[in-house]
Amino acid sequence: MQRAEQRDEVEMLALMLLIRRFEERASQQYQAQKIGGFCHLYIGQEAVVVGAVAAVRDDDYIITAYRDHGHALARGTSPNACMAELFGKATGCSQGLGGSMHFFDKKNHMYGGHAIVGAHVPLAAGMAFASKYREEDRVTICFFGDGAINQGSFHEALNLIALYKLPVVLICENNLFAMGTSVKRSTSLKQIVDRAEGYDIPGDIVDGMNFREVRDKLSEIVTSIRKDPHPAFVEIRTYRYRGHSMSDPASYRTKDELEKYRLDDPIIRLRAQLTREGKLTNEQFDALDKKAKETALAAVKFAESSPELPVEKVYDYAYLNGPMEPGRPRPADLEQKRREGAPAPKAQS
Amino acid sequence: MREITYRQALNEALAEELERDPNVFLMGEEVAEYHGAYKVSQGLLERFGPKRVVDTPISENGFAGLGVGAAMVGLRPIIEFMTLSFSLVAFDQVVNNAPNMFMMSGGQFNIPITFRGPNGPAHQLGATHSHATESLYANAPGLKVCTPATPRDAKGLLKTAVRDDNPVLVLEAELLYSSKGMVEPPDEEVLIPLGQADVKREGSDVSIICYAQTVPLAIAVAAQLEEEDISAEIVDLRSIKPLDEATIFNSVSKTHRAVIVEQDRPFCGVGAEVCYRIQKNIFDELDAPIIRVSQEDVPMPYNERLEKFVLPNADKLMVAVKKVCYA
Repeated sequence: MQRAEQRDEVEMLALMLLIRRFEERASQQYQAQKIGGFCHLYIGQEAVVVGAVAAVRDDDYIITAYRDHGHALARGTSPNACMAELFGKATGCSQGLGGSMHFFDKKNHMYGGHAIVGAHVPLAAGMAFASKYREEDRVTICFFGDGAINQGSFHEALNLIALYKLPVVLICENNLFAMGTSVKRSTSLKQIVDRAEGYDIPGDIVDGMNFREVRDKLSEIVTSIRKDPHPAFVEIRTYRYRGHSMSDPASYRTKDELEKYRLDDPIIRLRAQLTREGKLTNEQFDALDKKAKETALAAVKFAESSPELPVEKVYDYAYLNGPMEPGRPRPADLEQKRREGAPAPKAQS
Repeated sequence: MREITYRQALNEALAEELERDPNVFLMGEEVAEYHGAYKVSQGLLERFGPKRVVDTPISENGFAGLGVGAAMVGLRPIIEFMTLSFSLVAFDQVVNNAPNMFMMSGGQFNIPITFRGPNGPAHQLGATHSHATESLYANAPGLKVCTPATPRDAKGLLKTAVRDDNPVLVLEAELLYSSKGMVEPPDEEVLIPLGQADVKREGSDVSIICYAQTVPLAIAVAAQLEEEDISAEIVDLRSIKPLDEATIFNSVSKTHRAVIVEQDRPFCGVGAEVCYRIQKNIFDELDAPIIRVSQEDVPMPYNERLEKFVLPNADKLMVAVKKVCYA
C-alpha cells in the first residue's frame, strides 16, 4: 500500500505522458487498420485517471466505461498488453477477446472496460457491496462520462449506493460531449454534480486539467470513506482533444474551443508546476517523453509479433469449466472428428 | 423421503446454500421483511440477518447489476425477480453483462450468479405479467437456464445453480409453488446436475417432451391416453440449457414419435430447438412429423376464456398426440 503523498509527481507526469503517447500510437495503428472495431482515445483527459490513481491504494477497485485505455495504463497494466488487446492478440490484457472497449486486468484491480453506457455503475455498486459485506476498507472508484448520467442504470445504481451507504467514489469525467451531443443539449441540470444531490450523495467539482487538484480532492474523499463507508460524487471537468471515436471529426465544436483547452493541457500544466518548483528540468522532461514514445512504439512491435488465440479456443470462453453440455463433445471436437485427421485450424500470427 | 411443497423445497435450497457458503446472499424485492412475494424466502431474514437477505427498492436493472458486480469480486449472489416478467427491465444486466464478462475479460472474470423467480404465464395476470422467458435467456451464450417442475427438481436444481461458477437462471413455475412432491429429508443433500432431463413416465408409443408447467399437464394427458391404449413417455427437460440431447434421443428412438409441449410462445421457442436437434440427429427414427404445442402467437389476454384458449392445454395436447400416432 502506498499513500497518495508518497507517489512521486514526476512518476505521475511520466504516466500521463505514457498514456498520451500510447494513444497517439493507437490512433496511428487504427488508421493503418491494425486495430479493428471502435477506438476511443483519452487524449486530454489524462490528469483525471492519473490523479485518481495517485490518490488510491493499489487494491482499490477501479471500473470505467469504454474510453478505458488510460485507466488500464494508469492502473499498471503493461503497455504491451494494452496494445496487444487493441490488435486482438492472445497476449492482450483480455487475450484479444475484449478489444478497445473491454480492457480487464484482475491482477491490477482493473475491472473493465464497459461499453454499454451507464451499465457498469450497478457493477460498481456490487463491487462496493462486496467490500462492505466482507468488512474491508477498500474503495471502489467508478468512472463514467457525462453521457451516462441520463441512463436509467445510473440512477438506479446511485439510489442503491446511497441507500446501502456503499464505499464508492462516482467520478463523472465531464468532457462536455456525449458522443456529439453537448451537455447543454442532453442534460436538464445547470451542473452535473447536482445529480448527486438528488440521492443525498455529497458532490464536488474539480478541474480535471489540474493533476494536483484531482489527486488532492480524491485523497481527501477516499480517506473519509475508509473511516466510514459512504458514497461520494465528483464531477471532474475535462476535455477530449480527439473526436468521440476514430471515425468522428468532431465538427460539432469549434477550433477555438479545442485550442482553449489545449492551452490548458494537463501535461503542460504539471510540467510547469514541477519546473517552477525546481523538481524537473527540461532535459528530464524530454527524457521522460522520449521514454514514453519508445514504450508506445515497443508496444506496437510487441502486439504485431504476438500470436492470436487458436479459433477452437473460443469455446473455452463461453463458460468457466469447459464445454457446456456434460458428456457432449464441443463443436470443435466434432468438426475435427468429421474431418478425420485433417489438421486442426491453426492460430494466425 | 417426505412430501413438501415446491415453495418449501426452494426455501430449503436457499437456506442450505446460505448456511453452507458465507459468500452466498439473497437479494431482491420483498425477499427479507415481507418474506418474498410468493413466500419462498420465509424465515430467511430471521435466520441469516439483513446482511445476507437483502431487500431492494424496485430497481431490477440496478440490483441485478449489483449482483453481477458482487460476483466479479467473489460473492455468489442469488438475485430474486418478483417475477421473470420484471427481469425484462434488467435484460441488459442479465443478457449483456452477466454472460459476456467471461469472454470479454479473456477468462479473468466468471460470474457465479443465480437469477431466480417465478416464470411463465400464471392465471389472468395479463400480457405484461405472463412472460415465459426461457427462450429469450437460452438464446444468450454464457447463460444456463433450468426449469424445475417438481419440488425435488426445484431443490436440487437451485442448489446446483448456486454452486455453478457461471450465471444460471432458475425459472420457477409460478403455478406450481403450492404443488407437492417427495423430497429427501433435510439432512440428505439433493443436487441435480444441470443438463439432465428426467423421464417422468415411461411409455412406448409416443414421447411427450415438456418442462415446467407443462409437465403436470403432460402427466394428466398421459393418464387419459392410457385409457385409449396409447402409451406416452414423458421427458421432462428440467434444464433448457444445457439441453440433455441423449435422454431426448433415447426416448424418441424408442417411441419413434414426438410431441413437444411448452409454456412459451411458438416463434423461435424451446420446442423449435428441440425439434431441430431431433430431426438433424435421428431423422430415420421418426415415424411421423414432430408436432409442437405452445402458446398462440399473441400477447396474453386477461379474459379467462381467451387466456385458456391461448395457453397449451389438455385438448390441444391430446389432438397433437393422436395426430403423430395416426390414431
